[in-house]
Amino acid sequence: MALLHRVNRAKSLSSLLRPLTTAHNHLHRPFSTDSSKTLTIETSIPYKSHIIEPPSRSVETTPAELMDYFRTMALMRRMEIASDSLYKAKLIRGFCHLYDGQEAVAVGMEAAITKKDNIITAYRDHCIYLARGGSLVSAFAELMGRRDGCSKGKGGSMHFYKKDSGFFGGHGIVGAQVPLGVGLAFAQKYKKEDTVSFALYGDGAANQGQLFEALNMAALWDLPAILVCENNHYGMGTAEWRAAKSPAYYKRGDYVPGLKVDGMDVLAVKQACQFAKEYVLKNGPIILEMDTYRYHGHSMSDPGSTYRTRDEISGIRQERDPIERVRKLILAHDIAVEKDLKDIEKEVRKEVDEAIAKAKESPMPENSDLFTNIYVKGYGAESFGADRKVLRTALP
Amino acid sequence: MMNVLRDIGRGRGIGIGRNGREIGRGIARGIASCSSSSSSPSLLSSLSPSPPGPPPPINENENENQGGDVKSMNLFSAINQALHIALDSDPRAYVFGEDVSFGGVFRCTIGLTQRFGRNRVFNTPLCEQGIVGFGIGLAAMGNRAIAEIQFADYIYPAFDQIVNEAAKFRYRSGNQFNCGGLTIRAPYGAVGHGGHYHSQSPEAFFCHVPGIKVVVPRSPQQAKGLLLSSVRDPNPVVFFEPKSLYRVAVEKVPASDYMLPLSRAEVMREGSDITLVGWGAQLSVMEEACIEAEKDGISCELIDLRTLIPWDKDTVEASVRKTGRLLISHEAPVTGGFGAEIAASVVERCFLRLEAPIARICGFDTPFPLVFEPFYLPTKNKILDAIKSTVNY
Repeated sequence: MALLHRVNRAKSLSSLLRPLTTAHNHLHRPFSTDSSKTLTIETSIPYKSHIIEPPSRSVETTPAELMDYFRTMALMRRMEIASDSLYKAKLIRGFCHLYDGQEAVAVGMEAAITKKDNIITAYRDHCIYLARGGSLVSAFAELMGRRDGCSKGKGGSMHFYKKDSGFFGGHGIVGAQVPLGVGLAFAQKYKKEDTVSFALYGDGAANQGQLFEALNMAALWDLPAILVCENNHYGMGTAEWRAAKSPAYYKRGDYVPGLKVDGMDVLAVKQACQFAKEYVLKNGPIILEMDTYRYHGHSMSDPGSTYRTRDEISGIRQERDPIERVRKLILAHDIAVEKDLKDIEKEVRKEVDEAIAKAKESPMPENSDLFTNIYVKGYGAESFGADRKVLRTALP
Repeated sequence: MMNVLRDIGRGRGIGIGRNGREIGRGIARGIASCSSSSSSPSLLSSLSPSPPGPPPPINENENENQGGDVKSMNLFSAINQALHIALDSDPRAYVFGEDVSFGGVFRCTIGLTQRFGRNRVFNTPLCEQGIVGFGIGLAAMGNRAIAEIQFADYIYPAFDQIVNEAAKFRYRSGNQFNCGGLTIRAPYGAVGHGGHYHSQSPEAFFCHVPGIKVVVPRSPQQAKGLLLSSVRDPNPVVFFEPKSLYRVAVEKVPASDYMLPLSRAEVMREGSDITLVGWGAQLSVMEEACIEAEKDGISCELIDLRTLIPWDKDTVEASVRKTGRLLISHEAPVTGGFGAEIAASVVERCFLRLEAPIARICGFDTPFPLVFEPFYLPTKNKILDAIKSTVNY
């Protein structure tokens, strides 16, 4: 285990120098502090672990990295708030699940891995897409069902994908993506590329049977699969303790080790994901339980205030907000002043508004696109509709 | 994922009958003539807590005036009332599913926990396969297990339990065991913007499974009577509720405990030129097409199948013998849909009487789409065109 730690430490050092890739261009202004200086920061709370020695609480980072986290998380927050308004304006239809509050999970995870690693998640997928390098315009275009969306407007909010950076998307059925993630991991192990798959699911999905089927296969064949339970404490409208006999999700793998991570602390998430990647490549699966919180309701039709108190939500905002945490770190280490951060937030707001305007210019898909992408092109399949005799089409 | 109808209902008024658009006035046949109770007590208090005992006989002649209190209400309230009666009239009845003790995402189970307690009405974790399997066990002990699957789209994880466990339990145990008390309720169908996983109509999958019944109501009054029949039927029933109608469809519903017969279709509208067969929410679309066709002098007979298996072939056959033409319409994709089974059976029985090929106006053979929904759906105009081309064949 000690060895593992050292490897982990060395790796984290090297990865700090790697620039973080995000969709947008970073307009880093020169800050007073040397932006590549290494800082060591303690995680908010210790990790809890199940049959494994947890990683160190000391996380190394740089001023540049912290500034980037701040900007990316602020961008995600702004995107989700804007999506809320677009939904209310009926520009986004269908089902829409917002990620605000949980940003540190997407950003911390991305900071620990490369685009050759895979991520697969459920329907709360906007920000994972953004973290994987998706652009704001294609995100908003998809939300509004436009042709320039990341799934050509055919998927909508729940179905974002980005193949070139290993984002296997946005799946609609609770828990169904986890066995898929294990399949991805098998393929990776087979190719001996030393890459891993992150399969994300919520605390509600943790009670689905297929999760345990997937876990058993992953452990049986020592697959590089990291099962990430984004525990936001409510499976739709049901508090975790009402639905789970053991809400200690990191322990529920029994024979599979687990870590409980403060999912509101981006550095703790990064450290845990680096540790997990290292571990699963050698030993097979691990469970990471990210203790996080969603500010919005489950979906747009859930006000999110009937099964929890407003005090609870505002308490989390004050005490644990992932963006505020990074803001405080930046200010405490004199990396930037309050005004710089406010300016970044203004920039981000503008960037989001511009992306929305651009996405709105994108046309709706043609009706004929209904028939595409059902089978392989030219497969010879036909679709029948309305009147089977007159209305038929060879599927393009 | 959670609750599309709260979106849809928003702005349209959620009160019972308030602002609710009356869908298909003709749908309320036979019940519209009932006298409406002038005083309208609250929904819950209007339920007479009848003592547990044998349920009332199935109302064989449903066009007969039912008498007693009738009240205008929407579909989810009618379902809610049926569940109140089901639990009240049988102490061995249970309601469970995701979020049901809060009233459910469509408000169908509202007030049940308060009235019958947490031991009889309870939330389950998000685990559809477990919910149905649990229900089979509960029913096998002689109880009435009323399970809710939050959306019909989520029923697939439970497909194995329904097909392999529930449907064959009686058969493979030589009638020693059964889960006849099991009723699985699930909202199905398009809602305007539900997308891929909140809009599907999976009824045809279940129609391929001998041993279960599949029931789809079209309106509040029908839903209450059919649900009570389903709950009390000695066979496992999959009961699909048209979720687009939960708030929108408003109809006069008797307050009494009444049941409508399963496996019996209803002729909603008599006609002589063509027979239209459908079920659930699609009927209101078909009825509009019938009204339009009438303006062109085409007389349409409209049949609500109500129970998909075992289905009422005789009623459909008698109608096609009269009209010589048949059109079937459902939202699910046309290929392998239940319309195919109806068409094949009618050809067997009425081959020499048919004057035109049977028309199927259904969803396209594509996944249920998000942005293309209006294009995908078998709309009134598509049905109207097919009525005309079939009649003028």
